[in-house]
Amino acid sequence: MIHVESLTKYYNDLCAVDQISFDISKGEIMGLLGPNGAGKTTTLQILTGFLRPTAGNIRVKDYSIDEDSLQIKNLLGYLPESAPLYHDMLVYDYLDYVANLRGIDSSNKISRIRHLSDLCGIREVMHKTINELSKGFKQRVGLAHAMMDDPEILVLDEPTSGLDPNQIIEIRDIIRQIGKEKTVILSTHILSEAEATCDRIVIINKGKIVANDSTQTLKQSAGGNNLINISLQNAELESVKQQLTSISGISDILQVSDDNGILNLKLTCMSSDDIRGDIYKKVRQTDWILLEMHQETQTLENIFRELTREN
Amino acid sequence: MRQAFFIFKREFLTYFVSPIAYIVISFFLLVTGWFFFTTFFLYNQASLRNFFSLLPIIFSFVVPAITMRLFSEEFNVGSYETLLTMPVTFLDVVLGKFLASVAFIVAMLIPTLAYPLTVGFLGQLDWGPVAGGYTGAILLGAAFSAIGLLASSMTRNQIIAFITGMAICFCLVLIDKMLFFLPRFSLVFFQYLGADHHFQNISKGIIDSRDILYFLSISFIGLYGTHLVLQEKN
Repeated sequence: MIHVESLTKYYNDLCAVDQISFDISKGEIMGLLGPNGAGKTTTLQILTGFLRPTAGNIRVKDYSIDEDSLQIKNLLGYLPESAPLYHDMLVYDYLDYVANLRGIDSSNKISRIRHLSDLCGIREVMHKTINELSKGFKQRVGLAHAMMDDPEILVLDEPTSGLDPNQIIEIRDIIRQIGKEKTVILSTHILSEAEATCDRIVIINKGKIVANDSTQTLKQSAGGNNLINISLQNAELESVKQQLTSISGISDILQVSDDNGILNLKLTCMSSDDIRGDIYKKVRQTDWILLEMHQETQTLENIFRELTREN
Repeated sequence: MRQAFFIFKREFLTYFVSPIAYIVISFFLLVTGWFFFTTFFLYNQASLRNFFSLLPIIFSFVVPAITMRLFSEEFNVGSYETLLTMPVTFLDVVLGKFLASVAFIVAMLIPTLAYPLTVGFLGQLDWGPVAGGYTGAILLGAAFSAIGLLASSMTRNQIIAFITGMAICFCLVLIDKMLFFLPRFSLVFFQYLGADHHFQNISKGIIDSRDILYFLSISFIGLYGTHLVLQEKN
């Protein structure tokens, strides 16, 4: 559906986006991840036709961003970061204006605005001016703006930034609901958000793509080694080491701390099999008291940090 | 073009939502009214010559105040991004905003129709120059709007937009008053460049194609420049 081809953007001498290429297929929710200043917003701004690329091309369906940017704009709905709207307009007037610009004819306009105000939960603020609204409501008005003519592709730049946890969950629900039928591209630097909403993740750092894969594969590829944390009472480090190394799969045992006779250990295991049962059986044979045991899978966070680390 | 109309409508209505419109209009009426009527009874002539002779200089700081926010505010708030990612062209945006400013100037001139009506009531008013004067005022307003728009498109700071626009308009008005500083061979050229010269011709009731062409070319240059600035911005 969307085909991005060696996209490059320079701001004077600063290279914001460097030879980025990726594809997005129909109905996918794609997350664009990266630290601050990685080039996420620039990429989205080029995609939406706001900025012109220095080099490279984007094709949406059969349209090229160079020649048919008006057609592409018709297919896209865009919510810029922090939803910059005309702050002296009433919410209803604003949505009406957007509907007009988007070419929705007047017979469908009212019903469309009504539908969107229900979907985004902005019914009760329709008669307020935009600068009276809280951040969360502004974001929702922005979302309604982006979805006005039911676009096939929705581009959201940090849709949940600055919202409180309840609002974040609500916005995410809306996004997931939309994502069932539409292609959604969202940028974020909150990893749990990408993990929770996206099918596929593209991580960029300093204008370059460092990872591009589905959320699942990305997590698996980060390494088969799981970490298991256990806390034992009434146990000696040496004997524990001796006992546990006999379990196949454990490659390393690390003492995290030892407070008041409680031994906290971090076990690294190579295999992807679950060995917690084996550990429990081992512990039961001794007179150690098992206080705690939990498995830590490589989270997206570790992957992200590894890929975008400064070096 | 439909888009240009909706942008025009929004910009025009926004003027009247904020207090700026009312401040600018009252300021304009106060200044023109004051300067016109303080000398009106001294001259003891039923003409609006005095009112129209002041108009270029007053317009050169009122019109940039009207146009200063058109682009600068959008750049500053960031709403320019939301606007441009909707299916609009640069031409729609420029035309919509330009027409909104011209329409606002017309709205600002409407209350001044009270002057010719009053004068017509007091004495024998020749309506030809009045009609010419108002046509000229709208043309002058359009030309200055285009300049103000260009100034506004170059900065995100409204004050800078205002001062730049005002400086250019001021120069255009005053240039034919400064002619004796200039070398002889260039006089005709600089006189032709002066907005005041052309405006006074029209306000005498003489509608000459050269004067109309002058205002239209200034408008065109301003709008084309704005279009170029917007294109280059991204």
